[in-house]
Amino acid sequence: MTDIDHDETVDARGAACPGPLMDLIGTVRSSESGDVIRLLSDNEQSLTDVPEWAEKAGNELLAVEEFDDYNAFYVEKA
Amino acid sequence: MTEHVVIIGGGTGGTVLANDLADRLEPELDAGDVRVTLVNDDSEHVYKPVWLYVPFGQREPDDGRRPLDDLVDDAVDLRIDRVTGIDTESQRLRFSGGAPPVGYDYLVLATGSTLEPDQIPGLAEGGYNFYSESGATDLRDEFLEFTEGELVLSVIGTPHMCPAAPLEFVFMADDWLRERGLREAVDITYTYPIQRVHGNPHIAEWARPLMEERDIQVETFFNAESIDPEAETITSMEGTELDYDLLVTIPPHGGVDLIEEAGLGDDGWVDVDKHTLEAEAAENVYALGDTADTGVPNAGSVAHYQAGVVGQRLASEIRGRPATATYDGKTLCFIETGMDAASFVEFDYENPPSPAPPSEKLHWSKLAYNESYWLTARGLL
Ligand SMILES: Cc1cc2nc3c(=O)[nH]c(=O)nc-3n(C[C@H](O)[C@H](O)[C@H](O)COP(=O)(O)OP(=O)(O)OC[C@H]3O[C@@H](n4cnc5c(N)ncnc54)[C@H](O)[C@@H]3O)c2cc1C
Repeated sequence: MTDIDHDETVDARGAACPGPLMDLIGTVRSSESGDVIRLLSDNEQSLTDVPEWAEKAGNELLAVEEFDDYNAFYVEKA
Repeated sequence: MTEHVVIIGGGTGGTVLANDLADRLEPELDAGDVRVTLVNDDSEHVYKPVWLYVPFGQREPDDGRRPLDDLVDDAVDLRIDRVTGIDTESQRLRFSGGAPPVGYDYLVLATGSTLEPDQIPGLAEGGYNFYSESGATDLRDEFLEFTEGELVLSVIGTPHMCPAAPLEFVFMADDWLRERGLREAVDITYTYPIQRVHGNPHIAEWARPLMEERDIQVETFFNAESIDPEAETITSMEGTELDYDLLVTIPPHGGVDLIEEAGLGDDGWVDVDKHTLEAEAAENVYALGDTADTGVPNAGSVAHYQAGVVGQRLASEIRGRPATATYDGKTLCFIETGMDAASFVEFDYENPPSPAPPSEKLHWSKLAYNESYWLTARGLL
């Protein structure tokens, strides 16, 4: 278990690709620099989408937490 | 007691459903056991796919408008008004202008999409679009005069109406400029928010090589952050800046505010069971078309199929039988790949799309469908 503080949670479980990534991007868009967003996604594709986007956008992926049927991604807005 | 079905939104989904119910429930409507009300905030029905052709001077916005009165069966009560509030507890609707509230037994939300250009600073001033009537005519005026420079098409966010349309626009622009001998003088750039050129991986895989062949530049992972209309630049959250001479955007979309206010879903999209189309958060409420959050494209074909499912389910419920009809994610799309060629895709929740080789025949099929659309809206096709 990570105990990263986060400012917002985006629950995109159940959403088809590219829904989770777009939900994350939408939330990052409206957040402040330094905010940490927790994205919950049960879409396999998020495991590649989210790190790739975070890197491209210069935001930091602090951690990926694996649960039985979904993953939690912690992204800090640059 | 009369059962009252109210449909909010007289676009593709709401109109097809109203006519479907008029047909399916004819005996009950005749006997006064059922009433169907269709509420729309405009006395005309708008067929949006026409707007794709407006910037090229091939269609007029009026080609996509007909009085709702002409399209909707007389057995349906047509009300031209705007719904301003939904109370799902007491099953009542509020209307604009202080008209008395109206109760419903079954409610169907078919309120479609709203453009939200203000989400991106500079977009309203700097960007053109073909996603509204006025947008399409403004773009036409600019585009017909455009002979050289940087043409940028930027898809800002998803979901948006008709995921094929941005691809269609750049393919058509490429072909149209070639035909007029202007292509050498115009650079075309297409931007998309994720790492491929379309949300659906199969369509993206098909479109990407076509774009390369046609010399259409691609910028992926490009989420527009701001537009500077003075400097004519568009900047992404990912830190890329593009110069433009003509900027066409697919503006951010949302649903209508009253959905969020009623607690039916976020951003104006209704959370539904993707098979039954029943709202998750309230009883006796359905949603269909763009406003139903099913993960399938916001397309008229989807709204059309979903209207058939909701029509069957409502008729069963009204007749006291179990509702068994379900939506399987079926989506049909013609994709223009030039001024006289198109592809076609068909897919559902289980089966991915496999785009057909572009042909002139498919292009004519798309135009023929656009003409016969009025029969679809009437419930005849
Ligand atoms: C340029 C373009 C090209 C397209 N091309 C295609 C295509 O080739 N194929 C395809 O399948 N789809 C296409 N689409 C998408 C298609 O037009 C939409 O997905 C479709 O119209 C959705 O139908 P709908 O019934 O959900 O909503 P709409 O048709 O948008 O209707 C919603 C209606 O609800 C009304 N309304 C909203 N709120 C209220 C309220 N509070 N009270 C009363 N009335 C209200 C609105 O005024 C509107 O009349 C295209 C769209 C665009 C913009």
